[in-house]
Amino acid sequence: MQQFFIIIGILSLVYSGWFIEWLLAKERKSILITSGISLLVLALLATLPLYASGYTPILITNLTMYIILSVSWTLFSGPTGYMSLATAAFFGVGIYTAAFLGETLPLPVFILAGGVISFIVALLVGALTLRLRGIYFAIFTFVLVMLIAHLLMFWELHVTGTRGRFVVVIDYNTIYYAMFAIFVVLMLTAYFIKRSKYGLALQSIGQYEEAAAHMGINVTLVKVTFFAVSAFFAGATGATIATRWTYIDPGIAFNPLLSFLPVLMAIFGGMGQLYGPVIGAVIFAYLQEELITRFSELYMLIFGIILVIAILYMPNGLVGLIQKWRKASSGEQHADT
Amino acid sequence: MRILEGEGVTKCFGGLAAVSNVDFHVDGGEIVGLIGPNGAGKTTLFNLISAALAPKPGVIRFKGKNITGLKPHQICRMGVARTFQSVKIFANIPVFENVRLGSLFGTSPGMSSADATREATELLEFVGLSAVRATPARDLTLANQKRLEVARALATKPELLMLDELMAGLNPTEVAQAIELVTRIRDKGVTVFMVEHVMKAIMSVCNRIMVLHHGEKIAEGKPQEIATNRTVVEVYLGE
Amino acid sequence: MNLVTILDIGIGGLLMGGIYALIAMGLSLQYGVARVLNVAHGEFIMLGAFGTWALYTTFGISPLISLVIVGPLIFILGFLLHRTLFRSLLKSSPSLDAFEGSSLLATFGLLYIIQNLAIVIWTSSPRGYSYLATPVDLWGAVFAANRLATLGFAVAIGLAFYLFLVRTRMGKAIRAAAQDPATAGLMGVNINQVLALCFGFGALLAGLAGVLYSMCFSIQATMGLGYTIIAIIVVVLGGLGSIPGSFIGGLVLGIIGETVKHFEPSLYLAAYYFIFIVLLMVRPKGIMGK
Repeated sequence: MQQFFIIIGILSLVYSGWFIEWLLAKERKSILITSGISLLVLALLATLPLYASGYTPILITNLTMYIILSVSWTLFSGPTGYMSLATAAFFGVGIYTAAFLGETLPLPVFILAGGVISFIVALLVGALTLRLRGIYFAIFTFVLVMLIAHLLMFWELHVTGTRGRFVVVIDYNTIYYAMFAIFVVLMLTAYFIKRSKYGLALQSIGQYEEAAAHMGINVTLVKVTFFAVSAFFAGATGATIATRWTYIDPGIAFNPLLSFLPVLMAIFGGMGQLYGPVIGAVIFAYLQEELITRFSELYMLIFGIILVIAILYMPNGLVGLIQKWRKASSGEQHADT
Repeated sequence: MRILEGEGVTKCFGGLAAVSNVDFHVDGGEIVGLIGPNGAGKTTLFNLISAALAPKPGVIRFKGKNITGLKPHQICRMGVARTFQSVKIFANIPVFENVRLGSLFGTSPGMSSADATREATELLEFVGLSAVRATPARDLTLANQKRLEVARALATKPELLMLDELMAGLNPTEVAQAIELVTRIRDKGVTVFMVEHVMKAIMSVCNRIMVLHHGEKIAEGKPQEIATNRTVVEVYLGE
Repeated sequence: MNLVTILDIGIGGLLMGGIYALIAMGLSLQYGVARVLNVAHGEFIMLGAFGTWALYTTFGISPLISLVIVGPLIFILGFLLHRTLFRSLLKSSPSLDAFEGSSLLATFGLLYIIQNLAIVIWTSSPRGYSYLATPVDLWGAVFAANRLATLGFAVAIGLAFYLFLVRTRMGKAIRAAAQDPATAGLMGVNINQVLALCFGFGALLAGLAGVLYSMCFSIQATMGLGYTIIAIIVVVLGGLGSIPGSFIGGLVLGIIGETVKHFEPSLYLAAYYFIFIVLLMVRPKGIMGK
C-alpha cells in the first residue's frame, strides 16, 4: 500500500510541474479535465500524511525538497546561462537560521527568515560578481559554500566556543506540510516570473546580454534580483529540513553535494520546461534514498558520470530527448519546412 | 534641433586610437550617414554613443543632456536605439517576442502585456515580418534577421535610431527594400544615424554624410559634396 | 621580530607558496588557454599525492623519483580527458561562454567521480609516510629537509615551466593560443593539440604539487576541494589567464598565509577569503591580469 501512495505522491509532484507549463502555454483545450485533475492532485498532496503514514511522507518530503532546489536553480541559471554553484551555501544558511532561531520563533517565521537571509546574502554575492564576466560568478559561487562554512567554524571557535548546534525538533508531518507549502509558493513564483516581462528578459540576457542591455533592460539589476529569488527558496528549504537533523555543524550544514545534485537533476531532466527539473529531482532523489546506506561512494561516483554524460549528450535533458523522439516519429507524416 | 552631438570624442585601445577627437552632430529628422574604410572607427563610435564603451576623453550629448558614462540601458530609455553589425537577435525566442521585449523595456517600461503585443504586431507589419511572427528567430534568413533587429530597436520607441551596416550581406533587391525601410522610419519621425559601406544606399538616402579615416573625421557634407571630395576619393581608392 | 621568526615565516611561506604557485599555474593554463575552469583540479593534486604514497609504501620508491613516474601519468590523464570530454563539449557549444559554463559543470561531475573513486580504493582515512624528515638548521630556524626539498623542487619546476613557455616553440604556440586561438590556428598551430596539451600540463602541475605535498603533510582522499579553492583564489589574485601572475600570486599568498598563521593559525583561510572578496570588489583583473 505504501508503494501505491509513494507513486501517487511522485506522479502528483511531476504533474504539478507539467500543470504550470500548461498554464503558461495558454492552451485552452480540455480546461475542465485539467482543472479537475489539478484540484485532485492538490488535495492528494495536501492531505498525504493523513492517509499515508510512516515512511511515505518522509520520502515525499525529501523528493519535494530536491524538486524545490532544482527548480529554483533552474529559474535563474536556466535562462541566463549563469551557472550558480552556491545552492549548498544558501541551503546551509537556511539550516543555520533554523538552528539560531528555531528555539525562540515559530516554524513559519524561521523558515521565512532562512529564505530572507539567503536572499540578502545572494544580493551581496550578486552585486559583487554579476557585474563581472560570467566565470567570476561561477567561481565565486563555488567558493561561497566553503567560505561561509569556514566563517561559521571560525565564529563557533572564537566567539561562542561551541562546536555545532542543536536544532529544534519538529514532527515529520509538520515538516511535510511546510515543504509542500514552499513547493506551492515556488511553483506560483515560477509561473508569474515566466509569464512576466522578466521571464523574457532573463532569456534575452542568456542569449545576448549586450543586446538585452540595449533594449533598456537593467541587466545587472535583473540578474541580481532573480539570483536572490532562487536563493530564497534554497534558504527556506534548508531551514525546513534542518528540523529533522537535530544536530548540525558547519561541515554537516554546508555540503557541496547540495550544489551538485540540483545541477545534475536540472541538466538531466532538461531546463527548458519546469517539469524537467522536477523529473530529474524525483529520479535522483529516489535513487539517492535507495543507495545512500549501502553504496555511499558508489552512487556519488555514478551520479558524477551521469552528469558528465548528460552534459555531453543530453543538452536538452530527458524532456528534450523525449520531445525529439516524438517529433521524429510523428515527423514522418508531415514535411519539414 | 541638435538631437545628438559629440565633442572631442576619443577612444584608445592599448596604444591605438580607434576614434580620435571626433566632433559630430545629428539634427532631428535627418538621416545622417557615417562612412569610411574598414577599421576607420565607425562601429567604435557607435559603441561610444550607445554606451557599450565609454569615451576617454570626450563628451556626448543627447537632446542637450550629457550621456557620457551612462549605461546602455539608461541610454536606451532616453530614446537612443541601435542595431548591430553582427546581428544580435535572441535566437531561441520567437520573432514577435524579440520585438515585444523592446516594447516592454524601452522608453516606456510600464507598458501592459497586451499593449506590448499590439505594438509588436504593428511593428512586424511595418518591417514586413508578419508572416514569420512565431518562428524562432534563429530560423530567419539574414535579411529577415536584420529586419527583426530594426523592429526590435523601433519597439523601444527611440527618437534616434543608429543602424550599423544594415545593408551588409544583402543582395541588390534586399538593399533596395532596406533603403525604402530607412526612409519610412524617418517619415515616422525617427532620426536615423547610419554606418554603411554600400555607397548607393548612403548617397541616395542621407541628408548629410560624415567620413572617418583612422579614427579621425576627414570630411562632412551633403552626398554630392562627399562624392566629389578629393580626400575622400583618395582614401577609398588608396585602400 | 627576530631573524628566526622572519626566516620561519619567509621560508615557510615560500614553501606553501611554491605549492600554491604550482597548482595555480596549472589551473591558469587550463583556464587561460583551454578555457576550462577545472573545479576538479584539486583531485589531480590528490591523485599525485596518493600515487606517491602508494608507490612509496608498496615499493619503497622515493617521492623524488615519483615526480617523474606519477607526473607523466597524470599528464596523460589530463590530456586524454581533454581529447575526449572537453573537445566534444567545445564542438557542441554554441558560444565560448556556453562552453565555459558547461565545461565547469562537467568538471564538477569529474570531481565527484575522481574523489569517490579514491575513497572507494583508499578509504577516506588520512594517510602519510615519512621521507627526508631530518631537521635542517638555517641560521636558527629549523625546517624538515623534506620541506626544503619541496620548496626547491616547486621553484625549480615553476622556473622550468616558465622557460618552457618563453623559450621553446611549443611554449610559444601555447602563449599564442592563449592570446588569440583563431589567429594562432591560421599561423599553423595545431590548436586542438595545444589545448589538450595545456590541459594535460595543467593536470601535470597539480599532480607534481601533490607529489611534493605528500612528502611533508598527511593526505586524505577528500583533500582536493580545499586546494582547488586556494588555486582559484591565487589565479584571481594573479590575474585570470596570466601564468606568471599565478606564480607570483601563489608565492605572495603563501607568505601572507604563513604570516597570519604565525599570529592566529585558525585565521589563515579567512585571510585568503578576505583577499578574494576585496579583489573582486576593487581589482578583479588581479595583479597581472589583462
